[in-house]
Amino acid sequence: MIVTNLRNRKDLRIGAGSETLDGRGLVAVPGFVDLHCHLRQPGYEHKESIATGTRAAAAGGFTTVCCMPNTDPAIDTVGTLQYVLDVAQREAAVRVLPIAAITRGRAGKELTDMAELAAAGAVAFSDDGSPVASSAIMRHALEYASSFDRVIVDHCEDSGLTRDAAMHEGLVSERLGLPGWPAAAEDIMVARDVALAEATGARVHIAHLSTAGSVEVVRSAKRRGVRVTAEVTPHHLTLTDECVERGAYDANCKVNPPLRTAAEIEALVQGLLDGTIDAIATDHAPHALVDKAVEFEQAAFGISNIETAFGQVMSLVHAGRLPFDLVIEKLTAGPCSVFGLSLPDDDWVLVDPDAEWTVDVERFQSRGRNTPLHGTIMRGRVMLTVCRGEVVHDALKEPALA
Amino acid sequence: MSVVVGEKIGAAAVQQGPRRHCLDLDDYSAEEIEHVLNTAEAMQEILARPVKKAPGLRGKMVVNCFYESSTRTRVSFEVAAKNLSADVVNFSAGGSSVEKGESLIDTAKTLVALGANVIIIRHSMAGAPHVVARNTGAAVINAGDGRHAHPSQALLDLYTMRARIGRLSGLKVAIVGDALHSRVARSNVHGLTRMGAEVILCGPATLLPVKLQLPGMRFEHDLDAIIGEVDVVMPLRIQKERAEGGLIPSLREYRQRWGLTAARMARMRPDALIMHPGPMNPGVEIDPEVAVAPQSVIESQVTNGVAIRMALLYLLAGVAM
Repeated sequence: MIVTNLRNRKDLRIGAGSETLDGRGLVAVPGFVDLHCHLRQPGYEHKESIATGTRAAAAGGFTTVCCMPNTDPAIDTVGTLQYVLDVAQREAAVRVLPIAAITRGRAGKELTDMAELAAAGAVAFSDDGSPVASSAIMRHALEYASSFDRVIVDHCEDSGLTRDAAMHEGLVSERLGLPGWPAAAEDIMVARDVALAEATGARVHIAHLSTAGSVEVVRSAKRRGVRVTAEVTPHHLTLTDECVERGAYDANCKVNPPLRTAAEIEALVQGLLDGTIDAIATDHAPHALVDKAVEFEQAAFGISNIETAFGQVMSLVHAGRLPFDLVIEKLTAGPCSVFGLSLPDDDWVLVDPDAEWTVDVERFQSRGRNTPLHGTIMRGRVMLTVCRGEVVHDALKEPALA
Repeated sequence: MSVVVGEKIGAAAVQQGPRRHCLDLDDYSAEEIEHVLNTAEAMQEILARPVKKAPGLRGKMVVNCFYESSTRTRVSFEVAAKNLSADVVNFSAGGSSVEKGESLIDTAKTLVALGANVIIIRHSMAGAPHVVARNTGAAVINAGDGRHAHPSQALLDLYTMRARIGRLSGLKVAIVGDALHSRVARSNVHGLTRMGAEVILCGPATLLPVKLQLPGMRFEHDLDAIIGEVDVVMPLRIQKERAEGGLIPSLREYRQRWGLTAARMARMRPDALIMHPGPMNPGVEIDPEVAVAPQSVIESQVTNGVAIRMALLYLLAGVAM
């Protein structure tokens, strides 16, 4: 197909066909790359599968997704990794790059066979969902993975400070009587990981940065030349802990790390602007209704947001806080450089930065309807997603949702 | 799908029409609190009669749904509902389908399908009553959820203070001890400040909700600095786990610094009241002789609890008497 009249370029040829598409009002950008999502397969297919999760990714404009290994069993052996790759080969709508576990069973004790896993296709290593609590294990993981040029991704949480914690520790948690999750629990682990990366010269990537303190730690580390990179999620950039109160203990607002405050959001935005934060990653965490329709403290952590990610971050563009080009860079070239990937030249997304639409979980491709954004009007929409030259999502014929 | 996760309810929603639930005091106006207290006064008259029975809840089913152990609150609600001629069913999590893994929402729906008009719920997790409220048609009364709220306790405390002192506005109330983990403290802060009283939360920083900022409320670490100037002292139950969890070094040191001892009582204003939400740890947060001193209104709190709970039940679900 040939797309004409685009806002940012003359024509774009997609795939082999010669039909034309009037791209008036649309912007063509490279397919988005998500460093961090949960496809839940194997083991939690009632929450999501590689098929549904990648269809959701396509709807959100993502043509490459790196999926986390907190499955059941965890992706900690070549066999499980190969299973994910095989299913993806057969069923995935977009490119799937599995992340393997750092430690066996994600238990934080013994390293996985990392070299073998890397050779079999693990794009990076992470125990995401849990931190690597032991500094010694983390140090060995960083050093070992550096011998074959793979990145360790850490979920930074000092679990001793977050026992029973359900939401950000602050005024709102005190009002609601929910056990609080101090920002320091993240800052401490980010500082530790930076210190270990500095000591070993190895590469570390910080998952879902959510505090002003950790932005500052990463910023000063980068200035010193430490090999650290970082990502931020759309929800930590746009939602605050007040969501929990507005929704009267809405478990759809429960996420790890927790939604923070307007001041933390400002620090995260600054981090994107000055290059401290390299990528916007979704941490798409789909759950079944039964995982959320319980007491807030019992509810599972996570937001299903790969389909709303672009609309969410566009709210910052429309508010004049982030430039459009920077947002696109943090969804494409930024994440690629973190994992040493190159942008495929046959993956494209056509977005309409101004199209308004209403989030409707009933229309999600994802099995996870767990989002506090249901019913929200967004401005900025993914209209067409092309992966490997094939259209994998087409909203051009859909009416604007109102 | 009939399970609702995120619909706004309680304080988060604009109250439209008559109140349907009592989840916390933060969405009660001063006028509404006044109205509950006045209604409780009327209920007190019923309690003074030889036959303590009124027809306000005749034909209604009230379910006491207790996921946590309780003596006074559960019995108090039961007595209150029976005084108003309701049919009362007591349900506790032990020995029920909860032990078979039934979810809170399914349990609540079951109770409503069995005819419950009012669900009184006590639960160890904050917000559990809100989950029930938005998923059932029943009126919900929060009988204590985690560390969040215990509105009927705060209302009976307000009622007791007003009955003894004659007013709430301008009172200085010290709540002493583990306010961080206390739903009684939180609801009292909302209720008292709404009525124009000043609340001092007093204790070590590890036991105070230090991030909480509300007009009319302040923190104080030194009990001796304020003991002589307050109208009410309310020590909170201190749980032994707090010492084991490292929040305080020892119960001995706690008693020394924050216990309501006889020596401290002697330094209180003679007209000041001593209250305690119970159950007490005599010899830790309060000395045994202090609990039974003439200034102590701890027993009245329990008695007044029935009138307050009758008022709450009647206002939420009653028919004209």
